[in-house]
Amino acid sequence: MSAPRQHPLANVDWLTVIVYGIFVIFGWMNIYSAAVVDANPSPFDISQEYGKQFMFIVISSFLAFLVLYMEGEFFNKFAIVIYGVFILLLGLVLAVGTTVNGAKAWIQIGGFALQPAEFAKIGVGLMLAKYISNTKTRFNSWKPRLMAGLIIGLPAALILLQPDVGSLLTFVAFILALYREGLSGNILIIGLGAIVFGVLSIITGFNRIDYPYFGVQSGVYILMSIVFVIGFIFMILIRNFVVPRNRRKLFLITFLSTVAAIGFSYSVNFLVDGVLQKHQKTRIYVTLGLEEKEEDREAMLSDTETAEAAAVSTKKKDDPGYNARMAKIAVGNGGLIGQGYMKGPMTKNKYVPERWTDFIFSVISEEWGFLGSFAVVALFVFLIVRIINMAERQRSQFSRFYGYCVASIFFLHLLINVGMVIGLAPIIGIPLPFMSYGGSSLIGFTLLLFIFLRLDAERLSVFR
Amino acid sequence: MNQYDGRKITIILIVCVIAIIYIIRLFFLQVVNSTWKEQATALTEEEIPLYPPRGIIYDRTGKMLVTNQTVYNLMVVPKKVGAFDTTSICQLLRIKKEDIDNLFAKSRARGEFHRPQLLVEQITPSDYAAMSEQLYKYKGFYAESRTLRVYPQSVGALFLGDVGKISPQEYKKNPYYTKQEYLGKSGIEKAYETELRGVKGINYAFRDNVGNIKEHAGNKEDMPATPGTDLVCTMDADLQAYGEKLMQNKRGCIVAIEPSTGEILAMISAPTYDPNLLVGRVRGHNFNVLLNDVQKPLFNRATQAQYRPGSIFKLAQSLTALQIGAITPQTHIHCNRGIIGCHGNHSNDDLEMAIVHSCNPYFREVMHRMVEADRDKSSRFKDARLGLEIWQSYITQFGFGTDVHSDIPGVKTGSVPGVAFYDKWYGKEQWAFSTIYSLSIGEGEMLVTPLQMCNMACVIANKGWYVGPHTVKQIGLGGSPREEYMKRYQLGIDSSHFSTVINAMEKVLQPGGTAARSALKDIVVCGKTGTVQNAGGKEDHAVFICFAPKENPKIAIAVYTENAGFGGTWSAPVATLMIEQYLNDSIAESSKPREKTILEANFLDR
Repeated sequence: MSAPRQHPLANVDWLTVIVYGIFVIFGWMNIYSAAVVDANPSPFDISQEYGKQFMFIVISSFLAFLVLYMEGEFFNKFAIVIYGVFILLLGLVLAVGTTVNGAKAWIQIGGFALQPAEFAKIGVGLMLAKYISNTKTRFNSWKPRLMAGLIIGLPAALILLQPDVGSLLTFVAFILALYREGLSGNILIIGLGAIVFGVLSIITGFNRIDYPYFGVQSGVYILMSIVFVIGFIFMILIRNFVVPRNRRKLFLITFLSTVAAIGFSYSVNFLVDGVLQKHQKTRIYVTLGLEEKEEDREAMLSDTETAEAAAVSTKKKDDPGYNARMAKIAVGNGGLIGQGYMKGPMTKNKYVPERWTDFIFSVISEEWGFLGSFAVVALFVFLIVRIINMAERQRSQFSRFYGYCVASIFFLHLLINVGMVIGLAPIIGIPLPFMSYGGSSLIGFTLLLFIFLRLDAERLSVFR
Repeated sequence: MNQYDGRKITIILIVCVIAIIYIIRLFFLQVVNSTWKEQATALTEEEIPLYPPRGIIYDRTGKMLVTNQTVYNLMVVPKKVGAFDTTSICQLLRIKKEDIDNLFAKSRARGEFHRPQLLVEQITPSDYAAMSEQLYKYKGFYAESRTLRVYPQSVGALFLGDVGKISPQEYKKNPYYTKQEYLGKSGIEKAYETELRGVKGINYAFRDNVGNIKEHAGNKEDMPATPGTDLVCTMDADLQAYGEKLMQNKRGCIVAIEPSTGEILAMISAPTYDPNLLVGRVRGHNFNVLLNDVQKPLFNRATQAQYRPGSIFKLAQSLTALQIGAITPQTHIHCNRGIIGCHGNHSNDDLEMAIVHSCNPYFREVMHRMVEADRDKSSRFKDARLGLEIWQSYITQFGFGTDVHSDIPGVKTGSVPGVAFYDKWYGKEQWAFSTIYSLSIGEGEMLVTPLQMCNMACVIANKGWYVGPHTVKQIGLGGSPREEYMKRYQLGIDSSHFSTVINAMEKVLQPGGTAARSALKDIVVCGKTGTVQNAGGKEDHAVFICFAPKENPKIAIAVYTENAGFGGTWSAPVATLMIEQYLNDSIAESSKPREKTILEANFLDR
């Protein structure tokens, strides 16, 4: 099975390592800019975020090389064990974890806190890869779909119990990777349809409408009625104009999708209106532009005094739009070439929330401008596309699928994290890979990537 | 290879489409749309104004009249205030607990909880010294220094004017100021506001998310403040103080001007008050007290009171009549007391003696000859219109009915009734000399301010011209006055006509004249008394104008004492005592009894 032993670092894709290095160093620089308070402190001060991040970088580099010197076979053989350990950790965090920002997501070890959810993705990726490569499944029956759902669902359920919606959302990435291995594209289409319908339901449900005979009710019933009417018309058309051969099948599909759409609209509305807590609800509304109308704010801006008052007056804890607005202002303040490193007024004066963790991208955007933010997004796209191409050159399905998992996870983090900063996604607290401050996330992403680099290095000798 | 290999392209496409959407969004946020940058600037930048010290005002002899003192405003940032002992801080700052509570509630309501709030205003340096030792213990409390006006001589309140917080109307009109600023409200402080205030500077600073002001904002250059310009005013502080003393317990005013330059040497409006009353924490209270005082101390009688001039107006009448040619100095007119009353023992005076005796019938006839001179033979109504028009044009040249080109804010113009006025009052061609003859002796519809009376004295002293009466002699130490105060306003009256009038004025203070008792031993004073009748049975107003010395006059004075009686008795002695004070720097022994009488007189209750 094994080819003649080569030097462990022989076939490592150094370009990816360099990109990784750029991300990590640039991220550290910006964490320093975002967190530094005193005039001229050492960037290695271990009591500060940037000092700790430096330490995490050292640890990550060490682990990265450790992984590169390991046998790729190890990750295949021990996938189940690794998966099991992370499931145990996720269980443990529910038992003994500390609660930060409402999520019981951290295990306190000495002075440091470990966030198992950041590592769980590695376990899931390896486990799924193992299952797929063992069964050679194409996901054309229910059993493998169910198994895959189970492998993803178990840690997802444990994370939901914390509850950490952000980390949970990144598990969607595996669907993209599974799609590559044969999972029906309908899932993606259904998913997209669900997003469109979900958004429409929330928007219509936000309004209260006075219906004749029924009184004031949620506006979602209008949407549901429209869907019903359209579905009904289609069904009549199908009954009368479609050739009999296809009639029955199309009729059934239309009927089921109509019922599903109506049911889905109602459920989303019920979930948002009835189940979610007020702050979660307002976050969604703010993202969809239903609260905090931007035009009004801009009109107030005609006079600087009012602008200041408007900006400051809403700076209350219960202002749901504050974080999103401050992030957007910081990004916009960057301009084309940025305010200069360590010179971002929104950053240095602490207006940007969570600026060295989830909102690090707004710091980069303010200080490095459009050129900087463009470069970061472009470099991520480069990394993701490179990983996909590397995955495609694998002979082993295990390695290929795992590579897609890595690419998809980076993509989803980019999608949500940057989307949140620029106001295109709801405020969901997930880190920007390699750049956000945090030991668990940096080490997690490093392991995720370097395991793949190890597998890739053995691509010529391994055929699993 | 298998059937799903094409899905790689789908996945890469999804990634690229999302990335392109994000990059377009970033481009719009960062490069296209500028409102985010404006919001960022509004949020993070603070322009801290630097207030320059206001210019100092000196009197003409170099005495400091107005200067600045430092006071402290106690500020508090409610958000930063930790737990503190309310009782002890209230004791320390001498405030009530409710004051703090109210301020906090108000700032919370305005959403300014994290911004500095003004808690105690204008603490004196000595009070502040006591507080500052304790203040550091209370987090969120701190002091800011400000400057206030102070008046070492305590004189000339209305002359110098006052400084107060800007009103909403002033704020709207003048973009230079912020809503919290102070500016000159009256007198020199208002007239020379632009010189005194200097130029504000700006410190650019950053404000963080909780309202802390930090460091210098990188890319903008700070602007230092330029201190206000010092002024030398025309006032003689000793003369002003002496005038204020003479006018104690009286209502009225004194205006003293150096005729050759138009410089106002003293301007007293009685009753007066100490300008230091309208400064600092006590300003609000004292302002209301003064505003509600029945004697109206805030009303500048010298420039804003409009009186009928009375007999002193006969001087302008004489000069106008001589210029028009209605009379000559030798014209004798019978003292016909049938139409208009007179006083004293005379029957057929020439012009000089008519002035000395203040002969009413004489001047009635003079006016008659000026107004109805057969310029239009068709109708005496039309004739009177022509005549009055000519008369008005001359009288206005004395400064009556105008602001006399003064720099004092809020001067009243008085009124010189002309054709338009009487046409409106009686109807066109419904009036003639017989209707308006009271004008001839300075009664009737004629209204003048004491400043205008004094200006007339200057015109006579200068034999035909005046300089606009002004209050500032040098802008910047050693500088010049404003340009308009270096030019003469020439009247259209020949200088040769003045000798008769001046000689008559000299005789007023000689034995037999109406102000003979006020004459000075070594200074020749030329004056004219007036006694203005008062409706409602109240005592007459005493009026006196004069200048001295006769040759090369150094000072012209108008004194108006309300409800005092005869001008010769109550206003003339005030004027000559002022002259003595100004020209001799002391009061001669022979004048002391006069001084005593004046100081003891009290007309406030009349």
